[in-house]
Amino acid sequence: MGDLNEFPLKYKLFLKAYPWRRIDPVPWAPLKKPLKDSRAAVISSAGLVGTDQEPFDDSIRGGDFSFREIPADADVYTLTDTHRSDLYDHSGLRQDPNLAFPLDRLRELVRKGRIGSLNRRHLSFMGSITAPGRLIKKTAPPAVRKLVEDGVDIALLLPV
Amino acid sequence: MCLVAAELERQGISTVALQLLRRVTEKVRPPRALYVPFDHGYPLDAPNAPRRQHAVIEAALKMLEEPNLQPPAIVDYQPENKNN
Repeated sequence: MGDLNEFPLKYKLFLKAYPWRRIDPVPWAPLKKPLKDSRAAVISSAGLVGTDQEPFDDSIRGGDFSFREIPADADVYTLTDTHRSDLYDHSGLRQDPNLAFPLDRLRELVRKGRIGSLNRRHLSFMGSITAPGRLIKKTAPPAVRKLVEDGVDIALLLPV
Repeated sequence: MCLVAAELERQGISTVALQLLRRVTEKVRPPRALYVPFDHGYPLDAPNAPRRQHAVIEAALKMLEEPNLQPPAIVDYQPENKNN
């Protein structure tokens, strides 16, 4: 299971001492319409990129705070894992990127009528951002505005 | 992901963030968190296992539909039998 004890000692100590940013106040957007009428977006921090996109850059101090737009019609199996962290096993994600970017699963839910539609674009980030100030101030607001402009109602966020 | 989830909710989009470290989730407090007891790298349980992946996603969707949740909401996902 996901636990700090999975990690080598130096990372475990770092994560224990890390000053996690507490969200306060906690914002809350209740569901505005039934899921069968809602438009969904996927957001993942697995560092996946499309075939024509630049890989994430793990040399950026504090973490790469950029994001990639993944189109709704992307073939999930063409997405490439560019997250270079050696703290977790990448083999599952490389076999099946749906594990952290489940476009195929959401397409199935749209076909079943469980959710209304899939947004035309989805967002890919790379996790392991130890200095999240630039993500909070520079990247997240415009990234989210794109989804607001698209009329997205719900978002599923997946870490690795 | 928690910080992006907060920005989404501020701008009116309902979110569920899957989470792999419960202690960190409790500290950071994303609006809606589904804690999944899987290894890092495996947020939807297993590769090439659509049924198991759907089970996790369905638990996340149910959180969106639950009218009595209050922020910050953490739900513990109960995995199905791995032999299924």
